[in-house]
Amino acid sequence: MTSTTAIQASQIPPALLEKIEEAITHYPVSRRSAALPLMHLWQNHFGFIDESGIEWIAAKLELQPIAILEIVTFYPWFRQTAPGKTIIRVCRTLSCAMAGSYELHDQICKATGIDSEQGHSHGMPTSPDGKFSVEFVECLASCGTAPVCMINNDLVEKVTSADIETIVAQHS
Amino acid sequence: MSTLPAPHPKERRIIFGNVSEQNYAPDLETYLAHGGYNEAKKAFTMKPDEIIAEVKAANLRGRGGAAFPTGVKWGFIRRDDGKPHYLCVNGDESEPGTFKDGVILHQDPHQLLEGIIITCFALNIHLAYIYIRCEFTHAKAILEKAIEEAKVRGFLGKNIFGQGFDLDVYVHEGGGAYICGEETSLLESLEGKRPYPRIKPPYFPAVLGLYMSPTIVNNVETICHVKHILRLGSSEYAKMGTAGDGGTRIMCVSGDVMRPGTYELPVGAVTMGELIFDICGGLRPGRSLKAIIPGGSSSKVLRADEVFKIKKPGADGAMIEQETKLVDLVLDAGSVAAAGSMIGSAAVIVMDDSRNMVWALNNLNQFYAHESCGQCTPCREGVLWMSKVSTRMLAGRGHASDPKMLHTIADNIAGRTICAFGEAASWPTQSFTEKFAEEFATAAAQQ
Ligand SMILES: Cc1cc2nc3c(=O)[nH]c(=O)nc-3n(C[C@H](O)[C@H](O)[C@H](O)COP(=O)(O)O)c2cc1C
Ligand code: SF4
Ligand code: FES
Repeated sequence: MTSTTAIQASQIPPALLEKIEEAITHYPVSRRSAALPLMHLWQNHFGFIDESGIEWIAAKLELQPIAILEIVTFYPWFRQTAPGKTIIRVCRTLSCAMAGSYELHDQICKATGIDSEQGHSHGMPTSPDGKFSVEFVECLASCGTAPVCMINNDLVEKVTSADIETIVAQHS
Repeated sequence: MSTLPAPHPKERRIIFGNVSEQNYAPDLETYLAHGGYNEAKKAFTMKPDEIIAEVKAANLRGRGGAAFPTGVKWGFIRRDDGKPHYLCVNGDESEPGTFKDGVILHQDPHQLLEGIIITCFALNIHLAYIYIRCEFTHAKAILEKAIEEAKVRGFLGKNIFGQGFDLDVYVHEGGGAYICGEETSLLESLEGKRPYPRIKPPYFPAVLGLYMSPTIVNNVETICHVKHILRLGSSEYAKMGTAGDGGTRIMCVSGDVMRPGTYELPVGAVTMGELIFDICGGLRPGRSLKAIIPGGSSSKVLRADEVFKIKKPGADGAMIEQETKLVDLVLDAGSVAAAGSMIGSAAVIVMDDSRNMVWALNNLNQFYAHESCGQCTPCREGVLWMSKVSTRMLAGRGHASDPKMLHTIADNIAGRTICAFGEAASWPTQSFTEKFAEEFATAAAQQ
C-alpha cells in the first residue's frame, strides 16, 4: 500500500493522539493487542478508517499495513468509507424478527430512500442525501425488549412504527 | 435499559440483587453501601486453594454456553508454575436470545470487578481483560470509571487492599463479530489478530491461552457468582441448585410470551412450563405453544408435544427412567441435556402456533451464514448453503429433497470443524428438520 492519499493521518488532533498513547499502555505484553482499540478510536473520530489510517495504525504498532487491513475487513463494525450522518442499525435476528424488525427495516429504508433489498444483505447502504446509513445487524443482546435498533450509539427498545417516523424526522 | 420488575416469588436475585433496586447507581459508594467488596476483602484472609475448593464445592458451572464446571477449569491452572497467568472475562454476549451480561456491565460494574479480584487472587493473576462486544457502546466508559474508582480506593492497581498483590484490569472492545465469543477466537482478537478460533488441542486456554500463557476465560455472570459463593459459603450456594449445577442461573426469555425478560432462578427450581406459563405470564391470548429454543439459538429446538425419557433417582435411590413432557422439564444443565438439547446461555426463545418453522430456521441460518469466520471449508460453505436452501424453500422455490439436503449439509459440518461454531450452526438445522418434518416437507413441495 502506498500513502498517496494521506488525509486522515495528517489530521490527528492532540486529544486523539493522547487517547491512542494511553490505549497502548493497556497492553504491556504486546503492542499488537492495541490494534482494535486504535481502530475504534480512529473510527470514532473520523467516522471511518481510510488507507492512511490503516498505514498509520500499523506503523504505530510496528506492524505491516496488511495486519490492520485484514482486521478492518474482518469485523462488521469497521468501515473504509464514510457513512451517512445518522447510522440506524436494526436487529435482524430471531426474537426481533418475530417482533417485526423486518417490517421496521423496510419502513426505514422507504422513509430514507434506501433500496431495502440492498439493505437486506449486510453492509451499510447510505441514503442518496447522505443523511442516513441503514444496516441490518445480528442480535444486539436485548431480545427481551424486541424489536430493537441502534441510532448511532444508542439502543432503542420496543421500537414501533411511530418511533421510526419520529427518529427519521428528527435526523432528516 | 430499565430497572427490573419486582421479582417473581420463585426468583432469587443474587447477581441481580443490586440492579433490582430502584435508583441503584453503578458508582463505588452505592456498591459499598450494598456490601460491596466485602468478599474481596474476605478472599485475602483465605488461602488461594481454599477459594478454588469453595468454587468447586459450590458446583458452579459456566454461564457462557458450555456449562463447564468452573472449579475444574480453575484447577487446570498451576499457581506456582512461574508463568504469567491471565484472566479474560467474556462479555461478548452475542448468542442470539441472551441478554443478561449487558445488565451487569452497564448497571453493576463493581460486582464484576469484585469477582475479578477474587478470581485473580485465587489463580495468581495480575492482568485481567474484560472483553465486551462493541455494540455496548457505553459499557467501556462505565467499566473504566468503575476501575478508576476502585484504583483510587486501593482495590485495584498496586498492592491492593494493602495485601502486596498487584492487579490491573482493562476493557477491550470487539468488532461486532459473533465468533469472538468463542474463547480462542476471543484470545486471537485480544492479541490484535484476525479472530480465527485456534486449532485444538490444547483444549483449554488454561493450558495455552493469551500470549501463549495459562489463561482463564469465564463468562461475566460466572465471575459474578464467585463473590456470592464466598458470601453464602459453598454448601448454601450449592444447595440452591441441583446435583452438579449449583446456585442461581439468569434465564433470558424472549419471543412469544406475555412477559419476556430476565429471571434469576435457583437452578432446577422451576420447570419449563412454570417458567413460560407462570413466571412469563403465558402466551398471547388464543395462542398455543409450538416450540422452544432452550439455551440460545445454537441449542436444539424442543417441540411442544415432545416427551423425553429422563433418568432420575427413584424412591429406593436406583436410577429410573421417567417420561417427561416439555412443560415438566426441569431447568438445569443435566435435565435439558437429557432432553437432547442444552441449557447453554439459558436463553429461552418461545414460539407459538403462529410461527412458521421454515421461516424461523431460515432466520437462524442467515445468522450463521453471516457469522462463520470462514476458516474451515465445511463451515464456511455449509452455512451459506443451508441458508440458500432454507431461503428458497421459504420463497416457494424448494425441491422435495430440500429438507433432507439441509440435514445432510448440517451432518457434514458438525464434528468436522476447528471450533464449536460448527455444531452451533448445525444443531438448529438438524433439530428443526427432524422435529418439524411435515412442515418442512410441505414447504418444500410448495411452488
Ligand atoms: C460460537 C461460539 C460463541 C460463543 N459466544 C459466547 C459469548 O458470547 N459469551 C460467552 O460468555 N461465551 C461464549 N461462548 C463460550 C466460550 O467459548 C467459553 O466457553 C465461555 O466463555 C467460558 O466461560 P464459562 O465457563 O464461564 O461459561 C461461545 C462459544 C462458541 C463456540
Ligand atoms: S467452525 Fe466455522 S467459525 Fe469455527 S473456525 Fe471453523 S469456519 Fe470458523
Ligand atoms: S434478537 Fe434482536 S436483540 Fe436479540
